[in-house]
Amino acid sequence: MRIIFTSTGEGWDAKIDPRFGRTDYILVYDEEKDELVAHDNREIMEVAHGAGPKTAQKIHEFKADVLITGNGPGGNAAGILKTMPLKIFIRAGGMSIREAYEAYKDDALEPGA
Amino acid sequence: MKEIVIISGKGGTGKSSICAALAYVAKEELVVADCDVDAADLHLILNPKNSEVQDFYSGVLAEIDPDKCIACGLCQQICRFAAIEPHEKTYRVIDLECEGCGYCYYVCPQDAITLIDQNVGKFLISDTRYGCTLVHAHLGIGADNSGKLVAKVKSEAKTRAKTEQKAYILADGSPGIGCPVIASLAGADYVILVTESSKSGLSDLKRVQELVTKFQIPSACIVNKADINPGVTSDIHKYLAKNKIHHMGDIPYAEDFHKAIAMGRCLIEENETRWLPIFSEYWHDIKEKI
Amino acid sequence: MRIAIASGKGGTGKTFLAVNLALKAAETQTTLLMDLDVEEPNGGIFIQADAADVHKVTRAIPIWDPGACNLCGKCISWCKFNAIIKLGEMILVMPPLCHSCYACSELCPMQALPMEQQSLGEIRHLKLGKLDFTESKLDIGLEQSSPLIERTLEFADEHFGDKELQLLDSPPGTACAMVSAVKTVDYVILISEPTPFGLFDLNLAVETVRQLGLPFSVVINRDGIGNNDIYKYLEKEKIQLLAKIPHQREIAEMYSRGEIIYQQVPAVDEALNQILSKIRSLS
Ligand code: SF4
Ligand code: SF4
Repeated sequence: MRIIFTSTGEGWDAKIDPRFGRTDYILVYDEEKDELVAHDNREIMEVAHGAGPKTAQKIHEFKADVLITGNGPGGNAAGILKTMPLKIFIRAGGMSIREAYEAYKDDALEPGA
Repeated sequence: MKEIVIISGKGGTGKSSICAALAYVAKEELVVADCDVDAADLHLILNPKNSEVQDFYSGVLAEIDPDKCIACGLCQQICRFAAIEPHEKTYRVIDLECEGCGYCYYVCPQDAITLIDQNVGKFLISDTRYGCTLVHAHLGIGADNSGKLVAKVKSEAKTRAKTEQKAYILADGSPGIGCPVIASLAGADYVILVTESSKSGLSDLKRVQELVTKFQIPSACIVNKADINPGVTSDIHKYLAKNKIHHMGDIPYAEDFHKAIAMGRCLIEENETRWLPIFSEYWHDIKEKI
Repeated sequence: MRIAIASGKGGTGKTFLAVNLALKAAETQTTLLMDLDVEEPNGGIFIQADAADVHKVTRAIPIWDPGACNLCGKCISWCKFNAIIKLGEMILVMPPLCHSCYACSELCPMQALPMEQQSLGEIRHLKLGKLDFTESKLDIGLEQSSPLIERTLEFADEHFGDKELQLLDSPPGTACAMVSAVKTVDYVILISEPTPFGLFDLNLAVETVRQLGLPFSVVINRDGIGNNDIYKYLEKEKIQLLAKIPHQREIAEMYSRGEIIYQQVPAVDEALNQILSKIRSLS
């Protein structure tokens, strides 16, 4: 499984970024390899409109199975994510990446639409 | 750190007054972000000073270099916004019409067109007379309030809250249902909808709540001027119950709203015995719910 | 004669003035009222008639042709509005972000993005005696008001160009939507209220209208609620004060019920008379 987190920082102790489109970092965790890779997404601050779709495009490139984020993505981005075989979980804002991952393992996260 | 956003869909519901009163009650605990940059009014009550000012750029406008232009007219032909006109043997861009799409820039055979970043307003971080920090912005005329500006106001508020060790950000949200309000909601932990007891108040409430539902953020509602139209107020109450929106309370029509604004004060400064208990309770309620 | 009713921010009584003024004017002359607050049109709450006709409004959007595309990805960098993204082997256009500039469509080396008409919103028209009323509504999920505003104005030129008075309830604020509504009119009436909020917003609106080079004057709503600063401002700036509408709780009550006010409140009727005589002196 490849799991994506929207995150405010780079490691397991960073917090989930509740924002989807304008998340600071995108973290990709590969369960098989046990490897957590951080991608800096902060250039998204310079985007006036369409931040959500841009981030969704990146997520597509990372080929993940699961997305864990805070608020649900906005309309445009939600439409794009729907085209992917991706399970979405929301309301993880404020948790650390580690906590969010554990909550996911325990089936304690709320599925997003 | 938790982020609370106040929105109202329609103007004139008393959203900024309510935001200012909450800021007054919780001034020790929060940073205020004015995301309603189209009609940024909070500063009129909070009296910002010692502002740190930054220019804000968003979007581009085309500009034609008359020395390079050979007057082939290609740009004028392809521009769908009629933003290019002949001028002294060459062509020029009508700024007001230019959409900043860049099409002319791509087709110009002479590279005579540059796309210039638009300075569309100012972005400020200020001290206020309540002691809390206010992050706000002033948009230039005809400029488009973009998600970028709102996101910037909010992220700066967040940085401030972190360094000042404040537990909350209180954001006065943008109106409407477009990109700015989406950016206002993005990342929020709690949304407070301010509506008024009128038919248009109710129809606008429904429109914004649709958006809030999309983002799946818990929301609460304050009904202002609740005694103006008891019938509509009870319709609003029913709507709230049906949609699981926490009903924080009703505020009756009160002249204090106008009087306070006229004096550049918040409601509590206008009449402490009346308003302090109400807003203390609201603030308490908010903290409990988050 | 085309006149815009505008304000620096929402909630100052713009729709209230537009609706009452239009109904009053229509007692004696053919009048058109256009509600151009396309994100949140509310004029229809006040003006009702049995039969309404609905006109669909469309605009051109690129539609991706997978058979023709070679996935070069150039369209993505051309689009300044981030309306195009690439998902694996797929090009995706997002209509809410597209500004219909045709750049991607006409520059695409494979002609893989032909423009097609897609729904933008609708114009609802109804008739009440001498009054024609239009209300424009953006499709849910779309965000840019300006194209719909422009199409509504074209629609009005086409069908109602002969109306003696054309009033337009413009979108609030001083952003691009307001500018695209107001730039085509002959005259602007700004409405505000005598509070520091009202003054601040009026000032922005005045600067905008001046920059557009349009003649204008001001109506003050809820006279009596605040202070006199706004009147001092008007005097100093030599701006004509067209009328004052008094602050009365009953007005807010009638408004909240969706009622027409001038027939019930003489002071409002008087203010409308002043405004109408100004308008009639213009043409
Ligand atoms: S520019 Fe044309 S060919 Fe290239 S990716 Fe876009 S649609 Fe396909
Ligand atoms: S028409 Fe213009 S705005 Fe629309 S997708 Fe193409 S390049 Fe972008």
